[in-house]
Amino acid sequence: MSELRLDRVSRWYGNVVAVNGVSMTIGPGVTGLLGPNGAGKSTLIHMMGGFLEPSSGTVTLDGAPIWRNPGIYRVLGLVPEHEAAYDFLTGRQFILAMAKLHKLPDPGAAAQRAIDLVEMDYAASRPIGQYSKGMKQRIKMASALVHDPAVLLLDEPFNGMDPRQRLQLMDLIRRMAAEGRTILFSSHILEEVERLASHIEVIVAGRHAASGDFREIRRLMTDRPHLFLVRSADDRALAAAIIADGSARSVRLTPKGLEVEAVDFRRFTLLLPRLARDAQVRLWEVAPSDESLESVFSYLVAR
Amino acid sequence: MNPTIAMITFRAMLGRRRALLLFALPLLLVVLAVALRVTGVADLEISSLVLQRFAIATLLPLVALVAGTGVIGPEIDDGQIMYVLTKPIPRHVVVLTKLAVAIALIAVFAVLPTFVAGLLLAGTTAQLALAFGIGMLAGGIAYGAVFVALAVVSRNAVVIGLLYALVWEALLGNFAPGAKSASVQQWALSVADTFTSASYVRSTVDLPVAVVLLVLVTAAGTLLAVLRLRSLTVAGAD
Repeated sequence: MSELRLDRVSRWYGNVVAVNGVSMTIGPGVTGLLGPNGAGKSTLIHMMGGFLEPSSGTVTLDGAPIWRNPGIYRVLGLVPEHEAAYDFLTGRQFILAMAKLHKLPDPGAAAQRAIDLVEMDYAASRPIGQYSKGMKQRIKMASALVHDPAVLLLDEPFNGMDPRQRLQLMDLIRRMAAEGRTILFSSHILEEVERLASHIEVIVAGRHAASGDFREIRRLMTDRPHLFLVRSADDRALAAAIIADGSARSVRLTPKGLEVEAVDFRRFTLLLPRLARDAQVRLWEVAPSDESLESVFSYLVAR
Repeated sequence: MNPTIAMITFRAMLGRRRALLLFALPLLLVVLAVALRVTGVADLEISSLVLQRFAIATLLPLVALVAGTGVIGPEIDDGQIMYVLTKPIPRHVVVLTKLAVAIALIAVFAVLPTFVAGLLLAGTTAQLALAFGIGMLAGGIAYGAVFVALAVVSRNAVVIGLLYALVWEALLGNFAPGAKSASVQQWALSVADTFTSASYVRSTVDLPVAVVLLVLVTAAGTLLAVLRLRSLTVAGAD
């Protein structure tokens, strides 16, 4: 059981602050590092992986500093985001080389086990240069798993994967977490994190915006004013009904339709059809107009 | 030394397009030597001149630049170095292995062809071939260490290395005698000078000074590479 601890970690590049005073503890199980692109997720993972020195603060693994300490790689595996692997090697040669670099007692067996874990045996004798993005992702995963690490860091592991590969990888990550490993993966896609992580850390603009159980975060994200665009047979009548009901903070009549600012996401989505039926107005379109992840995040940060 | 890192590095080096340069330059030297031999122009003076101007002054720095920067630079640029650095391997082992590969490549693509060209040009006369072989190897090791360090320190290692070889050693050396003495090329020549009786081979630096400087530069380059690799920030981390 390993624990990764960040204590008031900041990282800046010149005048640009990429990560700002982040403290968190990552224990066994799956932790999702969620945040929009450019939020500082990669910077954080690079600091946790020993590839970037924190400008201030400390990153430790079971009490040992990570920066300038190659010994930690006996228990830590890292899957970088970028695609580059040794394209001229076959998948098997690559994983075998990684096993040898770890000085494992039986590199051949370890390599085969890692290749089987990511289900890449069928393509293991092809050069990595010929792999698809998803295959590269899996062979990189195998390279990080070859020494059976207690801690695994994955930077955007699902990028470029098709749905089936995504499910396979999620399954693999779940299995490894069940074995007591500490796994952290970053993603900018809420649904991925939601399906996989029991614990979520949210990073927005380099700051630690939220932390905790996924349900809490979900509630934080849904219990906020939501903006909907509603088109109907009779916008005026519908607007009156919504106002009378009180489930919306404001309703605006626009040429495109009604702009409704709902107080409670769930209540409003359940209520609107009923309201429309009672007012005998036919609904043509109901669309959330600020559902982008960025707006969700900026709301979280503003809190 | 780590055999796995060495294997990956060799395969990466010889599979790259830049490797063509490694083959082309020594081939040119050997072809030139054959031509001089066949036409009978190759007396000791011409032979010494070819080995000095082409082998030590051109072939050696260029091959060393391609080999020294190539063994580690591209890997750092595209982040592949992460796969090596995320292993419990001391950084000095990584650097020493990379340097060893670079030196092996320099030996095969610069030192050996020079020795062969020397034999073709002068036979065993004045031990010219052997002397230049040893001088090239001594210079090659120092160049290798410098260019490996340069590749770890800067993304523009090739440009900086070329500027050093062309501007400092070739151009400035002609005008300022001081600059001429502070060059790997002259030190290598000094080593070659020691092993041949041919009076055409002359260095501006005495052997003891040359040897000390070669050792110092090699050690400093290696140390710098180790130190910088320990705190390497990988591309794309920002």
